[in-house]
Amino acid sequence: MRVMLLVGTRKGLFLMDSDRDRRDWRLRGPLCESWPVFHAIGDVNTGMLYAAAASDWHGTVVWRSEDLGERWEQSGEGLSYGEDGPPLTKVSSLTATDGRLFAGADYPGVFQSTDRGATWTLFTTLEDQPAREKWLEPDASPPGRLGVIATMPDHRDPQQLFVNVQGFGLFHSADGGASWAPRNEGMRADWPLEDPAWGYCVHKVVLSPADADRMYPQTHVGVYRSRDAGASWTEITEGLPSDFGFPAAAHPHDPDGFYVIPVDPGHGRTVHDGQLAVWRTLDAGETWQQLTDGLPGPHAHLGVLREGLAGDSLDPVGIYFGTSTGQVFASTDEGDSWRQLADYLPGITSVEAVVWPE
Amino acid sequence: MAEVHLPKTLTGLFAGLGPVVPADGATVGDALTALDGRWPGLMDRLCEPGPRLRPHIRVFVDQSPAELATTVAADDRIDVVTAITGG
Repeated sequence: MRVMLLVGTRKGLFLMDSDRDRRDWRLRGPLCESWPVFHAIGDVNTGMLYAAAASDWHGTVVWRSEDLGERWEQSGEGLSYGEDGPPLTKVSSLTATDGRLFAGADYPGVFQSTDRGATWTLFTTLEDQPAREKWLEPDASPPGRLGVIATMPDHRDPQQLFVNVQGFGLFHSADGGASWAPRNEGMRADWPLEDPAWGYCVHKVVLSPADADRMYPQTHVGVYRSRDAGASWTEITEGLPSDFGFPAAAHPHDPDGFYVIPVDPGHGRTVHDGQLAVWRTLDAGETWQQLTDGLPGPHAHLGVLREGLAGDSLDPVGIYFGTSTGQVFASTDEGDSWRQLADYLPGITSVEAVVWPE
Repeated sequence: MAEVHLPKTLTGLFAGLGPVVPADGATVGDALTALDGRWPGLMDRLCEPGPRLRPHIRVFVDQSPAELATTVAADDRIDVVTAITGG
């Protein structure tokens, strides 16, 4: 068994390899020609690694490796809205599912590859959504211009899909992407909404691997829980130091387990009181535990970005995160204690954990 | 044939692509299209849909600023340059 962390940074992809014990780690990188990486994933069904990256000079591509990261090639073939369409500035998110690979992009849209990332076709731009008129306005997108920041299938039924559009909220399709409907009822917005159905700033949402009806988002203004696949949301922010944060991770085996890293919602966007802390609930948000054993403070003024927190699928669960200042931390006891795996990496944008079978 | 000088950030993306390559073409765009035939995808890394040069890519023909439509003579030198950006 091989446990791998894919660590996307502003200056390339890094890989960290370990075994079942997750004690000793080997660091490789920078990979992908040091292109800024927005999100990197591994697909245990195909053995492929993918990294979404964008270069100021050379545009947007998805890097792919067939040999667990030894050799990489890039492809942007088909990643375009065409001659008359809006520019595609970046691919923000990657999802591998059922032999397909989805790439969420800005301007908001989702591309699909059925040949392991070699070529791409446009999957959807959510044409039936009134919100689309707004998000096509150049000044309407939030800073960073990330577009579709997640494409999430329901593994019970590939026809059921969620997408998360930065600054606009969650949308659901029950027919494989042919039509869409907002799924934001019960979320809060501390700003005027043109339409109560959309306009929510969902930084990150996770579906519980243990119960696909259970979903947890960290938004701009609150943390929520859904027990009905996003049909309704209940706020579970109480007990956290703020309602603001970026990353989120679901416990892979326990539908009541969920992790966030709240940060200062002002200019700082750094952890509260300079104490790096992961916050965990094991009762679906009724109570929260602050986890700091092994984490720096009280002068650790750093943040963790949207894709910067992830769990593996082992038991006990490993939880990992990467910081804006280039450290990788890990826990192999579900968050009770932490240790630093890497330092002095470029600012970290994403962390994903993959368990490769023998 | 024109002589095309390419940036290191580009040559690392395509197997067998060197920093200086010959290319046929009546214009800069034609010459780059010819290179794209040998290294598929190269044009996309230099141009947006249109096609037009990406915002931080500059091209010079015999040291004069050029665009895709700029004409090229057989013995011209084409420099493709990554403009100052990033940090």
